[in-house]
Amino acid sequence: MEQISLAHIAIVTGILIILIGIWGILTQKNIIKIIIGFTLFDTGSHIVMVSLGYVKGKTAPILDKAVELKNAAGEIVDPVPQALVLTAIVIGLGITALMLAYALRLYQRRKTLEINKYNDLKW
Amino acid sequence: MFKKIFIFIVLAGFAAILLNSLSLFNPDQQLNEIATRYADKGPEEVGAANLVTAVIVTYRGLDTLGEVTILFLAASIIGFFLKLKLEDEKVPRKVRKASEILETASKIITPVIFLFGIYVFINGHLTPGGGFQGGAIIASGLVLMLLANPVKKVNHTIISVVESISGFSFVILGIIGIFLAGGFLDNDYFGLGTFGELLSAGAIPVIYIFIGLKVGSELSGIVSNLQETQKEEI
Repeated sequence: MEQISLAHIAIVTGILIILIGIWGILTQKNIIKIIIGFTLFDTGSHIVMVSLGYVKGKTAPILDKAVELKNAAGEIVDPVPQALVLTAIVIGLGITALMLAYALRLYQRRKTLEINKYNDLKW
Repeated sequence: MFKKIFIFIVLAGFAAILLNSLSLFNPDQQLNEIATRYADKGPEEVGAANLVTAVIVTYRGLDTLGEVTILFLAASIIGFFLKLKLEDEKVPRKVRKASEILETASKIITPVIFLFGIYVFINGHLTPGGGFQGGAIIASGLVLMLLANPVKKVNHTIISVVESISGFSFVILGIIGIFLAGGFLDNDYFGLGTFGELLSAGAIPVIYIFIGLKVGSELSGIVSNLQETQKEEI
C-alpha cells in the first residue's frame, strides 16, 4: 500500500476526468455539452501534468519564509509543469471561448444546438 | 448499438493507454536536473521569489510571448466571427432586468474585484498569481458588471488601445533586454533589487503588469463581443 501516493491519487483522478471528457465528446448530442466535454478533457490533462511534477513532502515553488534559500532545490516541487499548465489553462480558455462563439453563431443561424441537425457534411 | 460499442472501444483504448503509463509512473524523490537548476540559480539570476513566475516570464519568456499572441488571435477571431451586420446593430437587444440585489452589489464589488486583479498581477513575482490570473480576475469583474447591467455598452476603443499598447510594450521590454541584459526578455536591466521585496526581480513586475492588462483587455473583449451578439432574452 505504500506505493499509493498523493501523486498517484491525483493522476488517477485526472485520468478519470479525461475519460469522462472523451465520453462526453463522443456521446452527447448538444453542442454546449460537447464543449463541456472538451473543457473536462483539458482540466483532466492539467491535473495529470501538475501531479507529474509533485515531489513527496515538498512545498510550493515559492521561495518565502517556508523555504530555506540555500537548500531551495531540496524543498520545493517542480515549477516547470506548473508553468506549463498555467500556459495550457490560458490557451484552453481561448479555445473554449472560440468554440462557444461558434456555438452561438450556429444557434443564431439554425435555432438549434442538436448536433444531429447539422448534417450538411454527412455523406 | 454499433455506435455504442465503438465508443466503448475508443474509451477502453484511451483508458488502457493512460493506465499503462500510470503503472510505469514512479514519483520523483527529488527534483530533476532542469528544476534543480532553476531552483538553485533562479534567485540570483532572476530574483523572483515565485519560481513559476521566473520560469514563465524569464526562462521561458518567449513561450509566454507566443501564448499571449495565441490569446490575441483567439480574441480577434471571435471579434471577427461575431461581428454584427450593420442592420443587426440597430436591432435593440431584449434583456431581462437584473435584480435589485445584483445591481446594488455589483456597484460595490466590481471596483474591489478590479483592485484585487491589479494586486494579483503586481505581486506576481512574490505570491501565487501573475498577469494571466490577474487579467482573468479583471475580466470576471467585467462579467459581473455586464450581468448587473445587460444593456451597458463596453467601449471597444479603450479595450483595443490598452491591448495594443501593452502588447507592444511587452515586446519592447524584451528587446531592451537584448541591449541592457543577457538577451531577449532578460529582466536584469539595472540590478535585481532586494530579493522578496515588491520592487525586485528587475523587469518582471513591469512585464507582468503589461501581460495582465493585455490578458484582461482581451478577455473583456471576448466577453463583451459575446454579450453584444446575444439579441434574444435568455
